[in-house]
Amino acid sequence: MDERLRVNPILCSGHGLCAELLPEQVTLDEWGYPILSGEPVPKELRKLAHRAVTDCPALALILVRDH
Amino acid sequence: MTAAVRDAETSRANAGATMLPRLLPATGQPMDLSAHLKVHGRAPYRGGPRMLIHTIESAGLTGRGGAAFPTHRKLTAVADQKGVPVVVGNGAEGEPASDKDKRLLWSSPHLVLDGLQLAAETVGARQVHLYVHRHPELLRRLHSALAERAAAGLDRIAVALVTAPPRFLAGEESALASRVEGGAALPRFTPPRIFERGVNGAPTLVQNVETLAQLALISRYGPAWFRAVGTEQEPGSMLTTLRRADGGGGVEEIAIGTPIADPLRLAEHPAQAVLVGGYHGAWLSPEQAGRLTLSNADLRPLGAAVGAGVLAALPTDRCGIVESARVVQYLALESAGQCGPCLNGLPRIAATFMQLADHRSAPSAQDDLRRWSKLVERRGACHHPDGTVRFLRSALTVFADEVTLHEARRCSASTYKPFLPIPAGSPGHEDDWI
Amino acid sequence: MTSATALWYASRATGVICLVLFSLVAVLGIIVNRQGRLPGLPRFAVTGLHRNLSLLTVAFLGMHIVTAIADGYAHIPWLSTVVPFTSGYERFWIGLGTVALDLFAAVIVTSLLRDRLAPAVWRAVHWLAYVSYPVIVVHSLGASKDLRSGWLLALTMATVFAVVTAISYRVIAAYAAVPRHRLVPEQLAQADKTGSLR
Repeated sequence: MDERLRVNPILCSGHGLCAELLPEQVTLDEWGYPILSGEPVPKELRKLAHRAVTDCPALALILVRDH
Repeated sequence: MTAAVRDAETSRANAGATMLPRLLPATGQPMDLSAHLKVHGRAPYRGGPRMLIHTIESAGLTGRGGAAFPTHRKLTAVADQKGVPVVVGNGAEGEPASDKDKRLLWSSPHLVLDGLQLAAETVGARQVHLYVHRHPELLRRLHSALAERAAAGLDRIAVALVTAPPRFLAGEESALASRVEGGAALPRFTPPRIFERGVNGAPTLVQNVETLAQLALISRYGPAWFRAVGTEQEPGSMLTTLRRADGGGGVEEIAIGTPIADPLRLAEHPAQAVLVGGYHGAWLSPEQAGRLTLSNADLRPLGAAVGAGVLAALPTDRCGIVESARVVQYLALESAGQCGPCLNGLPRIAATFMQLADHRSAPSAQDDLRRWSKLVERRGACHHPDGTVRFLRSALTVFADEVTLHEARRCSASTYKPFLPIPAGSPGHEDDWI
Repeated sequence: MTSATALWYASRATGVICLVLFSLVAVLGIIVNRQGRLPGLPRFAVTGLHRNLSLLTVAFLGMHIVTAIADGYAHIPWLSTVVPFTSGYERFWIGLGTVALDLFAAVIVTSLLRDRLAPAVWRAVHWLAYVSYPVIVVHSLGASKDLRSGWLLALTMATVFAVVTAISYRVIAAYAAVPRHRLVPEQLAQADKTGSLR
């Protein structure tokens, strides 16, 4: 079961924690907003991904499960 | 599409043309209730939910609001949800170049209102709204149409009229849901989609008013009647808003699959390009416009779509870049400003494109436009950035020669008189979204 | 010094530590909100510091309360930890402490569950932190005479100064923030400084 990161662009205000915690999955555009790779989060990064979701100051990051 | 198939479809489209109009009154005069009942009779309620879905599926009706989503699937999706659904008829076209929804509501309100009731019955709804822009005369007409129906006992559920602000995004389905709830018409993040959780958390069926009118006709005359016009893949008629190169045009009902050159009379009134769909649509070159039919089968491979049925033929004396830059600036100002990429990207795109139109662009302009286009696509809560980028890219492609001229500080146009309609008064206050 | 007195001193000491910690947590929270940086620290570390210090505050707050109640002299009932103004001893000042605890507990619990709550709900409860601050300060000054003189007074004034400065900065930022409907026109004006818009 894959987990993928998604961002709610309305809540996101470009804090950039997600890109610091998970540079493999998140880069920042020239305005500081996250560009998500859209790839499934590999097992070894899952804990970091959950942390990014919990730590996002705007609660804008979500982990979505696909079946 | 092979030539033989194309010819067969064209002759069917032409034959079907004698069966038109269907949605708009044959007399050209708006239909009041007695005229409507004389021509169409009462709406044939089925007696229970879901019973109309199979008929709609056989007819192959797709949404006429721009997305062309199969209507039977939407009806099924809403009917399948837990919770009592809400139905909203979407007449807020928001598209400055489109007048079809206004015209339909003005001329054939009872077809739309029948469709609303039938859709409500089909999904088991108990609340019905009709969402329209604030045109005082149209609102008056709709109020009196509803009063006539109430007196005749036609409507099973009372229809609440909800007004939409004059925003491009007012008709976007999540913005519509927010507005119907009483708030501002601002798009929301999805999931959950509106059919799952929309107005006040209820599963919500949002259907364009033209789709509802088609549904009302199909429920009476059947799928075979509906399919007598149009193509096999895309049956039926559609309302278009035409702007011919000579300035003529207006709302006309045509068969899907009609060659684009025909309603625009491109042979008599040649154009330097044709805009198809609307301001989230795409420009076609004269060669493409001369060759293609108004159908998603022809248009989607080119990155275009039938959309809201706008067909605008740009006269040869205008500048395609100036016209397009005005549209992009309008689109930028109509951003809800909720999402970082859109609110940062669209103004920069608009300003750079306007500088190109004004012969004052920096050498990096085209590269900047390409980079920003990639940055804003699919990174908003709604599809406003995507549509804007589609329009922009088609302009840069179709008007590539004009771009080169402009970079050399020249222009081929003989007049800058605006051709495409751009509303004055961009939003300046929080209340402008209510 | 009897054990009762030792407990009482422990309560006062941990109380001071709580005040200092809470002030740090508040300032850090405002730094996070303003997307500020601390030299040498990535953003996730600033957020991490804000969270970890708040949990440390919970620990010291626990000690502050337990020692106050375990010290039998003042007869503060256990009920007073959660129900304000039920203590026989210094009803008002202790009551304020209870109010602060209740608010703080709401903030902490919702923050521990923040990835399960609707963002708007978490945010609304988190603002109770601002409400709790004056309550904490008044409780601290009123419940014992310690902070009213000497170096403890100076320490208190320093923490109040820091937090009030941070809150003022936050309030000014909120007022100065461009309202949503002006964001795009401002971006457009900035992007097209060279010419006029048609």
